[in-house]
Amino acid sequence: MELFIQQLTNGLAIGSIYALIALGYTMVYGVMKLINFAHGDLFSIGAYLGLTFLISFGLVDKVGAPVAILIIMLMVMGLVGLIGILLERVAYRPLRKADRLAAVVSALGASIFFSNSLMLIYGAKFRVYPHNLLPKSYITILELHIPVVRILLLLVSFILMACLYLFVQKTKTGTAIRAAAIDQGAARLMGINVNKIISIVFFIGPALGGAAGIMVGLYYGQVNFLMGWLYGLKAFIAAVIGGIGNIPGAMLGGLILGVIESLGAAYISFAWKDAIAFFVLIVILIVRPTGILGERVAEKV
Amino acid sequence: MLIEILFVIILFLSPLFLNAYWIDVLNNIGIYAILALSLNIILGHTGLFHMGHAAFYAIGAYTTAILNTMYHIPILWLMPVSGLLAGIFGYLVARPIIHLRGDYLLIVTIGIVEIVRIALVNNIFGLTGGSNGIFGISRPSLGGLVIRKPQQFFYYIWIFLGISVYLFYRLENSRFGRALNYIKEDELAAEGSGINVSKYKLLAFVLGAIWAGFVGNIYASKMTIISPESFSFWESVILFVIVILGGAGSIRGVILGSFLIIGLPELFRQFASARMLIFGAAMVVMMIFRPQGLVPPRSRTYSLEVLIGKE
Amino acid sequence: MTLLKVYNVSKSFGGLMAVNDVNFEVSEGTVMGLIGPNGAGKTTVFNLITGNYKPDSGEIIFSGKNITGLSPNKIVKLGIARTFQTIRLFQNRSVLENVLAGCHCRMRAGVLACMFQPGWQKQEEHQAVKNAFQELRFVGLEKEVNNQAKNLSYGNQRLLEIARALATRPKLLILDEPAGGMNEQETQALVRLIDQIKKRGITILLIEHDMSLVMKICEKIVVLEHGTKIAEGTAEQIKADPQVIEAYLGWEEDD
Repeated sequence: MELFIQQLTNGLAIGSIYALIALGYTMVYGVMKLINFAHGDLFSIGAYLGLTFLISFGLVDKVGAPVAILIIMLMVMGLVGLIGILLERVAYRPLRKADRLAAVVSALGASIFFSNSLMLIYGAKFRVYPHNLLPKSYITILELHIPVVRILLLLVSFILMACLYLFVQKTKTGTAIRAAAIDQGAARLMGINVNKIISIVFFIGPALGGAAGIMVGLYYGQVNFLMGWLYGLKAFIAAVIGGIGNIPGAMLGGLILGVIESLGAAYISFAWKDAIAFFVLIVILIVRPTGILGERVAEKV
Repeated sequence: MLIEILFVIILFLSPLFLNAYWIDVLNNIGIYAILALSLNIILGHTGLFHMGHAAFYAIGAYTTAILNTMYHIPILWLMPVSGLLAGIFGYLVARPIIHLRGDYLLIVTIGIVEIVRIALVNNIFGLTGGSNGIFGISRPSLGGLVIRKPQQFFYYIWIFLGISVYLFYRLENSRFGRALNYIKEDELAAEGSGINVSKYKLLAFVLGAIWAGFVGNIYASKMTIISPESFSFWESVILFVIVILGGAGSIRGVILGSFLIIGLPELFRQFASARMLIFGAAMVVMMIFRPQGLVPPRSRTYSLEVLIGKE
Repeated sequence: MTLLKVYNVSKSFGGLMAVNDVNFEVSEGTVMGLIGPNGAGKTTVFNLITGNYKPDSGEIIFSGKNITGLSPNKIVKLGIARTFQTIRLFQNRSVLENVLAGCHCRMRAGVLACMFQPGWQKQEEHQAVKNAFQELRFVGLEKEVNNQAKNLSYGNQRLLEIARALATRPKLLILDEPAGGMNEQETQALVRLIDQIKKRGITILLIEHDMSLVMKICEKIVVLEHGTKIAEGTAEQIKADPQVIEAYLGWEEDD
């Protein structure tokens, strides 16, 4: 039971990070029908920028760890978001009318570019995050010790996701995003500036990915220039499991994947941990070809 | 046509004036080109988003490696066996997922290649040697001549490539190739014209897998040692990029793509650690300027004179 | 003789009854029209016959064979060819290749034969190209052989779809609004073409909004409204049917 609860909470924590990254995939896909293969690297950039800010400004000493982390997280989110906008302008916008696979290759090129930029700047080795910033304490519920960090991680993810959800559901811009996702042409006819919507989506998605980057750095204490691939892939799987293009689906998919992976690693096989995600994916897609919350699109004849 | 003939002549004379290092680069280009041509059937012609081709390549290479090191079966005999096993594997994995649309298929094929790699690392059935892989694989021997040197492999690989090009070219310009292209253009219209869409999608997958299995055999005997990292998701991505960047559905384009993707990083060696950075940026730029690929496929034309003359 | 029998067929989408217990028969060698207001379920009936949808209940018998639930390509092979309401050509392929798609199901070269090309495969290929060309000449597109389908005019695209369907050598040809988007001249030519097709012994079932065309060429007409058959008969009978007149007037106002 102890193991189960530990793995479950750990899985929820990791899953919430997957969900944050998955939101970037799913929002971009929703509006542009494009898989942004460079998204995982934007997450890595977030992790490295977070590291740089944490160790260089001495902010932690001035305002204390919690406030410093909050400020730095917002800075990172803004910066990674701007990189996202830039990425769309340079690598995707010229290909909007081209074959979809051309954009996939462009995205892969951008991914290689980003990960190698990180390697040139920060080196190929693992970099260690400052490790004295987060509370080491545990919360004890019914004799179970759950690390506070895990709960904080979940809390922050949920706050970010709730903000996004409210933004998309309740604001005018959010409505415009949803409209553009359903039919870009019609949205344009209704006077929605689709280019602006795409830029906003390419800001929000990467910003959330950047936040996830810092959170992973703080949680695991180290970052590597290639980690974006694996996290990106897992988050992409999460988005697909939930139904790509569907925002609640990405959140759900992330949490499901995190929990299954964590439990699978503990109860089935640690060596097969990374394969479990794919097994889950394949089984879900065979049963539901467009994911759990994805719409079933029957082609009109 | 003149350019192609010139290219073939220069290529086949190149071992005379290149050193062993560059011949080996050409050998790698050849191996990737055959693999990419086999992926081209699935991705380029049929339009199936397949990013897991390295899985089939791995099945072929490991089949050869295991049967050769355990039972000392000659390498060339194992080529059809490797192709067959890769084809069967291709059939088994493609069958349940063949109906998935575009991006869903893409992620699932990534999943397949990752599962295969993890299975290899975990020494599945105690056969694959874990992350160290398998070593001591023999060289192919053609009637007493053992292929060993880079020059010999050069001719071995490029002649195999030549045969593949010849067969695939015929395939393209026939009932089978056309059926794949119809599916790529409009599945529903293809089905409504009497084409069994799921059967042809599966056939494309199986044929591509068989060929990748053949290449796995060549690769295993060329390296004499194989390990899981040679068959990662990343290899699949490279093949995917070769096909799209070269020109989906175009044999010329895919071969040119192989030269660029495998050859260019070699030329960039002087940039040392920045070469992959340049490479990534070059991919973006090339796609923006040639979104349909460097050499898009030519459309088939039919001579009217022939048609009317034969009345 | 009855070629096609649609027997008590129903189909609903998410609780909405699109086709409700529809019955009709198509006799061999005739031209039959299926008419009705927008949303009456005409195209759904077509999609049920061609296998694009599976009926919830009922049976479809073609040439004495139960074809209910078969996949579309098998139904084409048995002898039912179709055109689409929204043109679905292989836009980036040549006109001839579009017709060759129809020849596919009457050829037999498999992967190996296509790779190694024995004599019979070459002959088959040659014959297919010739047949395709003949169908193009039949519909009057022989000058466009190597043009890309997307470069054709709207009317010619419709003709190309018919040529592709004819290349499957159908017994029954199903045309979904063949005159849609055609001008008066093109429509006249279409009437003549349909007559030619009929002379080849091919039975035709069509949906069309152009009433004068339907009345002119159809020996029998079935009228659908809200997924239900409300009338069946010759042009004269349909014109005089009070239920049809009511539905007709109702849908005139809709337009």
